[in-house]
Amino acid sequence: MDLDAKLNEEREMAQFLIKKIDRLITRPVRFMEVCGTHTVAIFRAGIRQLLPEKVDLVSGPGCPVCVTPDEYMDKAIAYAQCKDIILTTFGDMLKVPGTRSSLGEAKAAGADIRIVYSSLESLEVAAQHPDKKVVFLAVGFETTAPTAAATVLQAEAQGLKNFYVLSAHKLVPPALRMLINDPEVKVDGFLLPGHVCVITGTKEFGFLTEEYHIPGVVTGFEALDILRSIYRLAKQVNEGAARIENEYGRVVRAQGNPAAWNILRQVYEPADACWRGIGMIPLSGLKVNAKYRHFDIEEVLPIKTEGTAQKTACRCGEVLRGIIKPMDCPLFGKACVPTHAIGPCMVSVEGVCAAWYKYGSGRFTYGK
Amino acid sequence: MENDRITMAHGAGGQQSQELIERIILPAFGNPLLNELHDGAAVTMGNGKIAFTTDSYVVKPLFFAGGNIGKLAVCGTVNDLSMTGAVPRYLSVGLILEEGFPIADLKKIVATMKSAAEEAGIYIVTGDTKVVNKGAADGIFINTAGIGDIITGTNITPKRVTPGMDVILSGYIGDHATAIMAGRHELVLPEEVKTDCAPLCGLTKAMLTAVPEIAVLRDPTRGGIAATLNEIAEQSNTGILLDETTIPVRPAVMGVCEILGFDPLYLANEGKLLAFVDHDKSEKLLDVMHAHTYGRDACIIGTVTKESAGQVGMRTTIGGIRVVDMPIGGQIPRIC
Amino acid sequence: MKGDFCMCLAVPAKVLDIKDSLGVVELSGIQRKVSFMLLPETNVGDYVLVHAGFAIQVIDKKEAEETNALLREMSGLGREVE
Repeated sequence: MDLDAKLNEEREMAQFLIKKIDRLITRPVRFMEVCGTHTVAIFRAGIRQLLPEKVDLVSGPGCPVCVTPDEYMDKAIAYAQCKDIILTTFGDMLKVPGTRSSLGEAKAAGADIRIVYSSLESLEVAAQHPDKKVVFLAVGFETTAPTAAATVLQAEAQGLKNFYVLSAHKLVPPALRMLINDPEVKVDGFLLPGHVCVITGTKEFGFLTEEYHIPGVVTGFEALDILRSIYRLAKQVNEGAARIENEYGRVVRAQGNPAAWNILRQVYEPADACWRGIGMIPLSGLKVNAKYRHFDIEEVLPIKTEGTAQKTACRCGEVLRGIIKPMDCPLFGKACVPTHAIGPCMVSVEGVCAAWYKYGSGRFTYGK
Repeated sequence: MENDRITMAHGAGGQQSQELIERIILPAFGNPLLNELHDGAAVTMGNGKIAFTTDSYVVKPLFFAGGNIGKLAVCGTVNDLSMTGAVPRYLSVGLILEEGFPIADLKKIVATMKSAAEEAGIYIVTGDTKVVNKGAADGIFINTAGIGDIITGTNITPKRVTPGMDVILSGYIGDHATAIMAGRHELVLPEEVKTDCAPLCGLTKAMLTAVPEIAVLRDPTRGGIAATLNEIAEQSNTGILLDETTIPVRPAVMGVCEILGFDPLYLANEGKLLAFVDHDKSEKLLDVMHAHTYGRDACIIGTVTKESAGQVGMRTTIGGIRVVDMPIGGQIPRIC
Repeated sequence: MKGDFCMCLAVPAKVLDIKDSLGVVELSGIQRKVSFMLLPETNVGDYVLVHAGFAIQVIDKKEAEETNALLREMSGLGREVE
C-alpha cells in the first residue's frame, strides 16, 4: 500500500472510531491519562478537537519530573555544588525549581552538571574521573527505574567505586489509588501508561477494576492507539463494565518484562515518597535497598538542606489531580510560563501546563 | 604554514596578518575588488533598490555532515538577500579566530567559502581578521554582510499576504539541525542525511522572474518552519493552516527526532524556503521550482486563512487540529 | 509527516548486533548503541522498544498487524489497497 493510501486509511479509521465513541457515550464522561507522553501525543494529534464535548480528557500526575519535590532538588543542587562531585542527569531536570535555585542556575554558576540520555553514560564519566564522585539523578516511573537499577549493577560488575544515585523514582499505581480515594477527583476510566506497563505488565493495575470498578485500557502513543483506547473505554462505560484491556499488545505483555522487574527489585525497595503538588503518598517511591546502600549518595554523604518554599497562588496540585484545567489556574500563561515556571506542571516539556501552553491552551477553532 | 596554528600575531595587523591574507585569503577569494586591499571596496550596483543584510555564525561543531561554518556563512547571507527579492552581489567577511586554531582548518573553511561564493555568483570584496586569546572564542566565529540588487517588479512584504494564498515549502525539513545534532550526540546517520546548506539565489531568481507577484519569501532557519510561519502570520495578521500529511521529512530525521525528543517543525534549515503566493499562480511556481536542484521536492503545505489570525495551525494525520506555536527558548543552541 | 516509515510500529529499532549485553540497533537508518541488560533473550533481527539507552521489550509485529487488521475490518476498510 503506498503512503498516500495509508494516510487516507488512517484518517478514515480515526473518523470511524470518533463516530463510534460519539454513539456509545450518552452522558458526560471523564477519562484520565497519567503519562506525560500521552498528554503531548493527544495534543500533537489534535484529538480533543475531534472528540465530542461530552468526552472530557484530563491529565493526571503523569510527569515524574514535575512531581519531584523541592527537597530533592535542593539536595541535588547541594551535591552539585560540592567540588568533588559531578552530577549527571536527564536534561529536563535542569529547570525544575528548588526552594531557591535550580540545577540550570547552579550549572551556569560553575557546578559540574552533565546531561545524559542514558544513565549508563554516568559510568563512563565515573571511569574517566576516578578522583570525583559521580552522582546520577535517578528520576522516572517504572519505565526508567529498571534502567537506573541496571546501571548500579553494571557499576558493581565493573568495580566502580565512585558512582552513586540519588533516587526520586515514583510508582504509578499508588498515585492512582490516591486519586481514586480523593473525593474531589471523578474519573470514569483510565488511559493506562503504555511504557510503564511494558515493565510492570497489566496485573499491577488490576486493583482499579477489582477494588474500584473503574475500567482501564493500556494505551500506546500513536494517534490511532489513543483513539482505540478511548473507544474501548467508551464501550466499557456503555456496558457498565470494568476491565483492564490491553490496546498496546505489540509491546505490553500481561506479565510485563520480568527480567527488568527483577533487576529493579534487586536494587530498589518501595518507600514513602513526596509528590510535589500532591503531598506524601505511602510506598509510592523507590529507594536503594540495604544491599546496595553504598551506591546511595544520601547514605554515603548525607547532606543538609534548608529552605521553605514560598507560598504562591500555584494550583498545580489540583491540575495534577485532574480537578481543574491549566487555564483555570490564575498564574497560567501570565506569571507562570515555560521560560519562567512557578509550578511543577509548567517545568517539564511533558508537564500538563507546559503541554497545554505549547499547544495553544486547547484553543483552536479552524474548520469547526 | 599548514602545520601551524593561529597566533596572536596573526591578528596584530603587521607582517603575520599580511601573510595570512596573502597565503590564505587572497588565493581563495581573490578578485579585482578584493585585491585592492583597501579599507573598503567601491562597487557598482544596478540602479534602483539595494538589499543589505548581515549575519554572524557561531555554529558548533565547526565541521558537520555536508558542510562547515564557512559554507553556512556564505549561504546564510546570500539567502537572506535572496529572500528580500534581490540578486546577491557582494559580501564582506569578518573572521574572529582563536589563538591556536589550526591553519589547516582555516584553509578548509576558506576553500568551502570560495566554492559557495562561486556557486552563488557573488564576490567577497572586503573583510577583516582578528585574533583573540585562547579560550576567548570557540575556534572561529564568522560575520558576513551582503548587498544585492532587488529584482524590479518584486514587492516582498508580509503585508501582501491574503487569505486563500498557498504556502509552498521547497523541500525536506530538518536536515541541517539533524546533521548538527548527530555530530554532537555521536549518532551515525545514513549517507543521505547531511546539512541542506545551499545558496538559493538561483532558485529565487527563477521563481521571481516567473512569478514576480510572490508576496513573501523566507528561509526557515533557527526555530524551523514553525518560527518563520508564526512570524509571518503575525506580521500579515492572517491565519495559516498546514496539512501534516504534506510536510516532507526524511525518515532518518524523524528517527533523530524520536530519539532526542524534537519536533521537526522546529528544526533549523539552511537551504530551504517558504513562499506565499496566490493559489492561481501555484502550479506555475511549482513547475519552475521543480526544474531547479534546490526546489525539486517543493510542494504546497498549507493555506492562508482569515480565521485565527496571527496563529498557525495544522490538520494532523488523523484529521484533528493542533496549534503550532512559536518555539519557546533555545531548542538547540549554536545551530548556525 | 510524509516519509517512508510505518506509523503503526512506533519507531521500532532493529537489532543489528549483540555482544555481552551491549549491542547496536538501527532506527530509521540511524544506528545507536543500546544495552540489553533488561532484555537478555533478544536475537539479532528482532525489533525492540528502546528507552533511555536500554532495550525494554521485543516488538511483536504479528500482534501489531493483527490489531491493525481488526480495526480495518471493523471500519469497513477490509480490502488490501494496492
